[in-house]
Amino acid sequence: MSASSTSTRNFFTAEESVPVGVSIEKVSKNYGALEVLKDLSFAVEPGEIFVLMGPSGVGKSVLLRHVIGLEAPTSGRVLINGHDVMEARIREHVRMALVFQEGALFNSLSVYDNLALYPREHRTGTEDAIREKVMQALKVLSLDNTAGKFPSDLSGGMKKRVAIARALVMEPQLLLYDEPTSELDPVMSATIDEIIATLKNQYHVTSMVVSHDRDLAFSIADRVALMMDGALVHVGSPDSLKQSVDPRVVDFLNPRIDLEHPRFKKNET
Amino acid sequence: MNQIRTVLEGVGSTVQLFLRAMSYAGTLPRQFPRFIEQCYMIGYTTLPIVAILSFFIGSVLALQSGYSMEDFGAQQFIGSLVGLSMVRELGPMMVAILLAGRVGSAITAELASMKVSQEIDALITMNIPPARMLVMPRLAAVFVMMPVLTIIANLVGWFGGAIICKYTGFIAVSPEQYFAVLREFVMFRDVFDSIVKSEVFGMVVVTVCCNIGLNTRGGSREIGQAVTRAVVTSLILILVLDYFVTKLLISLHSA
Repeated sequence: MSASSTSTRNFFTAEESVPVGVSIEKVSKNYGALEVLKDLSFAVEPGEIFVLMGPSGVGKSVLLRHVIGLEAPTSGRVLINGHDVMEARIREHVRMALVFQEGALFNSLSVYDNLALYPREHRTGTEDAIREKVMQALKVLSLDNTAGKFPSDLSGGMKKRVAIARALVMEPQLLLYDEPTSELDPVMSATIDEIIATLKNQYHVTSMVVSHDRDLAFSIADRVALMMDGALVHVGSPDSLKQSVDPRVVDFLNPRIDLEHPRFKKNET
Repeated sequence: MNQIRTVLEGVGSTVQLFLRAMSYAGTLPRQFPRFIEQCYMIGYTTLPIVAILSFFIGSVLALQSGYSMEDFGAQQFIGSLVGLSMVRELGPMMVAILLAGRVGSAITAELASMKVSQEIDALITMNIPPARMLVMPRLAAVFVMMPVLTIIANLVGWFGGAIICKYTGFIAVSPEQYFAVLREFVMFRDVFDSIVKSEVFGMVVVTVCCNIGLNTRGGSREIGQAVTRAVVTSLILILVLDYFVTKLLISLHSA
């Protein structure tokens, strides 16, 4: 563990977070004639790190938006500790955060104000306490010098780290990540992995991670799911995924470079 | 049929947004800085253009009426015509139209941009209702600033009419006579009606522009389309509502 994870260890002010479980029951989602999610059913256990992998465009991010209640399924339901996520007051009982793929930072606010928005709005402490928490979150993500900057001044990777820091400040019980390590260098990717693992080990935070990053999936995940065309083709431990003989799994995990593929051939007239 | 449904859905979601935002009125003291910021945007930055337009509307009104009334020897009534026209109709409506074009378009563009870049989604996941943080302070600000802008528009318009009376050769009415007739004809209830109208227009413009912004999907092209739709919808609603509010106020006074 690096120094960053040590500081994460003391990050949450809550002594212990109540574990939160997610249950996805026969969830389908159609956009017009397009069926994006196909009768998905699985559970994420309290305090578990669940990594969802799959090719681009198969509905992973859409599923995350359903889990956090930003979209309603066409059929089926998502339960958070037994309560439907579409219930009006669910967020008053469960602290949930989503790290968006593009960061979704508030462009009119400085980095500091982006992080301080949640505790200020929910009055979780004095301004001094909020400052301490925000600066600590920035330090964990190696963003100490960015507090006064605006999102437009940051690189893509820095925006992603600010988004993660903003989620940390919320002290979530359920934390969803949409491609948390994309656009990050290997060192920072490892730090993110450490943060996800530390939040689980120390604070029982339930994490659901959408990622293409196999290192992340195989190093910190308790369970891994592989999604293709809106349906799950495999759910199990990282080892079970590695050992799967399902050709779809094998093809995904061991992509081959095939320069002789017909798509690369010039049209001969 | 689909268009009627879209219109009805739009009306429904706008009313819902207004009621939801008003349910957070109690949080206004906590959001005082946002309220002040919106007062600045809606009031202070709009004031110069309101003043310029009102001045020239009052001036043109006095010029036209002076020219037309010369034949009938009724120029002494210019003050009443300009006074009542400004306070009953032109003042509140012109401020509302400026609000739609200047502030409403900016509101829609800002909220639509926030929606497209997932900032609105981020607020929802943080359990911060957009109606509370983004809509309510704007409604409170427009509620405070619209009467101020409208009263200033009326005063400047009246002043514009007086200037024309003083410096136009064919108008044989002095500014003193102009204001004396104006004071005689313009009643307090006219000023009250003016404020009621401006409040209705202001609330409708801000709610419509917020609702269209918050429901924008797509990218930069859709943001532009949303701004156009918000301004056009606001302008239509101002004119339609003007008729009904005027009718309601007249019937109330008649009763």
